[in-house]
Amino acid sequence: MFETGWNILNYLTQGLGTTLSIFLTATAFSFLMAFIAGLSRLSGNILIRGVTAVYVEVFRGTSLIVQLFWLYYAVPMLFNINLGSNWWVGVIAIALNYGAYMSEVVRTSVLSVDKGQTEASIALNLTRYQRMKEVILPQAFRLMLPEFGNYSIQILKGTALVSLIGLTDILYFGDIYRSTNLSEGPLAYLMVLIMYFIIALPLIWLSKKGEKIARRGVAS
Amino acid sequence: MTYWSWETFFDAFPIIITGINVTLGLTVVSFLLALAAGFIWLLLESTPFKAFNFIIYWIREFIRSTPPIVQIFFLYFAWPMVPYIGMSFTPFVAAMLALGIHFSTYISEVYRSGIESVDKGQWEAATALNFSVKDKWFSIVLPQAIPPTIPMLGNYLIILFKEVPLAATIGVVGILSIARSYGAQTWSYLEPLTIVAILFLILSYPSALLVRALEKKMNRQFDKKNTKVKVTE
Repeated sequence: MFETGWNILNYLTQGLGTTLSIFLTATAFSFLMAFIAGLSRLSGNILIRGVTAVYVEVFRGTSLIVQLFWLYYAVPMLFNINLGSNWWVGVIAIALNYGAYMSEVVRTSVLSVDKGQTEASIALNLTRYQRMKEVILPQAFRLMLPEFGNYSIQILKGTALVSLIGLTDILYFGDIYRSTNLSEGPLAYLMVLIMYFIIALPLIWLSKKGEKIARRGVAS
Repeated sequence: MTYWSWETFFDAFPIIITGINVTLGLTVVSFLLALAAGFIWLLLESTPFKAFNFIIYWIREFIRSTPPIVQIFFLYFAWPMVPYIGMSFTPFVAAMLALGIHFSTYISEVYRSGIESVDKGQWEAATALNFSVKDKWFSIVLPQAIPPTIPMLGNYLIILFKEVPLAATIGVVGILSIARSYGAQTWSYLEPLTIVAILFLILSYPSALLVRALEKKMNRQFDKKNTKVKVTE
């Protein structure tokens, strides 16, 4: 059994590259979206605030798998554009979805920095930009860490969906293996799960670490 | 190229809406399972045997940090092949078990935070007043532990609702599954998938607003409680 397990694991590593590349790119874009949308929702301009609010609520209110299919099937039909490749469809769907969720983390963390800090920076004659960059964000960032850690695990779990639009990730190879070796199905999926868990372990560790840093809190 | 057609939209809508019962039904039964199983995790993790608790903790962590879709596939495709205890499930039951167990790992965390939020003084007071174990839990701890968890549980219910369309991949005939087969027959995916997105939005957004209002109300109550304590001090 151990030998088969090892063989399956070896077989699954063919999908490791796709899973990791999608995970890393989607995470980077999610962070980017989170900061853009999170800070836009705090903007003084009502139009910017409104548009971002619609984006965040729509992507939080529908599910990732629906968005993925929508981008995959519907967007090319609607706008007559090609998003390049399925790889990009997967990355964009995941980034837009989790970017929306994480923008709430950015927004609430910025809001939870004490008012006195804003007042002090105004008193010190810092510009709006300096205030955000030098005073508020460095403090807010610490509060975001544990949630960011948690969401990175969610993003990893979300990447398993890309096999549904034909990408050859870990789950894809797991499915192929199972359909050719039906009796080894349980072991095949167990190995898929173990592989995702191994990738998740450093993320679990990071989010625990983030919790410790966040607990030190902000100046009040 | 095909563009948006209201004709297709109104043709597909009545067909897709028939799947809403299955989607909502699966959400409800999975959530009930998660509520019950979350409690079991909590019990298993607080036995006097440290090593046992540790193992259970990591099993829970394993289930929590691996993709639910793989767990659904495992239960549906692979479980019948498991020696001795293997049996085949219908797609609905497989999805219910997988989603229920996956979310129970979160729910147990909610329960724990609720119990830990009860002030230590309350436990001590209950012991000092010679309450029995049953009375301590049912008249002192739980009445204070449960209310603050309700918005969190509500949040998880909404998240679970949005994971339910994963069941379409093993053939549970919910709204997503119907929309996809409609798309495959007519070669127009745009309208049916948009309908699915709209249905999810109009069901989950008001619920999310409700949960947020509840959250605010709970926070206010907590603040009140804190000030009361300070006054009596």
